[in-house]
Amino acid sequence: MSKDGNMTIHLEVWQQEGPNEKGHFLKYSLEQVTPDMSFLEMMDVLNTKLIKEGKRPVEFDHDCREGICGTCSMVINGDPHGPQKATTTCQLHMRSFKDGDRVVIEPFRAKAFPVIRDLVVDRTSFDRIQQAGGYVSVNTGNAQDANNLPVRKQDADMAFNAAACIGCGACVAACKNASASLFTSAKIAHLALLPQGQPEREERALAMVAQMDSEAFGACTNTGACSAACPKEIPLEHISKMYREFATASSRKRDS
Amino acid sequence: MAKLNAGYFKSTVGQKQIVGLMGLLLCGFVFTHMLGNLIIFIGPEAYNMYAYKLVSNPLIYVAEAGLVAMFVGHIVLTIKLTIHNKKSRPQAYAVSASGEKKTTLVQKTMAHQGIIILVFLILHLITFKWGTVYTVEYDGLVVRDLFQLMVEKFNQPLYVVGYLGCLVILTMHLSHGFQSSFKSLGFNHPQYEPKIKCAGFAYAAFVGFGFISQPLYIFFFL
Ligand code: FES
Repeated sequence: MSKDGNMTIHLEVWQQEGPNEKGHFLKYSLEQVTPDMSFLEMMDVLNTKLIKEGKRPVEFDHDCREGICGTCSMVINGDPHGPQKATTTCQLHMRSFKDGDRVVIEPFRAKAFPVIRDLVVDRTSFDRIQQAGGYVSVNTGNAQDANNLPVRKQDADMAFNAAACIGCGACVAACKNASASLFTSAKIAHLALLPQGQPEREERALAMVAQMDSEAFGACTNTGACSAACPKEIPLEHISKMYREFATASSRKRDS
Repeated sequence: MAKLNAGYFKSTVGQKQIVGLMGLLLCGFVFTHMLGNLIIFIGPEAYNMYAYKLVSNPLIYVAEAGLVAMFVGHIVLTIKLTIHNKKSRPQAYAVSASGEKKTTLVQKTMAHQGIIILVFLILHLITFKWGTVYTVEYDGLVVRDLFQLMVEKFNQPLYVVGYLGCLVILTMHLSHGFQSSFKSLGFNHPQYEPKIKCAGFAYAAFVGFGFISQPLYIFFFL
């Protein structure tokens, strides 16, 4: 480490021209990285240098940079969103790394998340799962008096817990089967626990699971890697809830 | 709402539930098998008579048919799901996760363990079920002397080592499989999840040690 506390980081960043191209790692030793930089600021510095050197910058996704939009992705040294728990890549700081560290940055790798370019992947498969049933379409009318719709405290808490999912896809990236079970289950559980979600509860479970299966995601083997990587720490128990919801809905389904 | 209602048995969720259910039933079988084997410590006669009573009961055919169905269901669906899962990540990561975000080796290799256990199961059936038939007579009743066959096999060092290796793999498989089955069947709640996990580890260790005890006993003392 230099006297001012700055670090040199040896980066290996995935570069891939397009979805069907072969990718490779771009090696770059970045100097003067301050511990206070966010990970994405470090990427900005890298890109500025690459542009100045006449090279192509690395493409990566980001938007809010405050851990709420779920746009930033990246697998950092094998960990989706990097080594720190409950943290998105944009909220990760370079103080999590040491001077001289080798940092390998890869895109989220899953068949259902094809690489568009470099670290940018296409996550519209998540949108399609959401569109299959992750909403309430019944007319709920004007806002009622709050006391008309009592919600059990523990259900409200669990619904909120599930609703914290920002749909970033780290669960898929972390899972050895690239399964979307944690995401899908959070969306199903969120509405299944609230009164507004009841009329479409069973159709929702059936439709969202069917959509999840029709995308190229794998099945859940309960390793818990998804939950460990989740920046919002969505617990694994939602997946069991999805299994219950789906089984119940399947057993009660009528052809209409 | 979109009409995309694939059937229960066609969905990965339904299939995983069946794999889990069959897995739990097989856990029950493995457990009783191990308890039965422990009778060897009472003596050769007790052990051979236990085996005799088991196979001479006409219900054995029903039980065996059920067992075959469980194994086939568990294995066929797992192979199908594993192939599906492998296809879901065509390109592997260059670096695998570490620290708090990593997956344990036992969890990562469930399918590999399953293959080894399947091979072991077939060899095990060939050696014992369909193996050499020695007989012994107790009070005029001629029964198969399985005890002698066990003593013969478990006095071969290589056989014992291979057997122990397979049992370590089986123990690993059970330790994750037990708790994972409950989760697939929809049981996961902070109130009892840690207890199921503990019970799973205890169960796997008990089954593992139970099975390992007989070859070691025979190898060193008989
Ligand atoms: S950029 Fe929005 S969560 Fe990271």
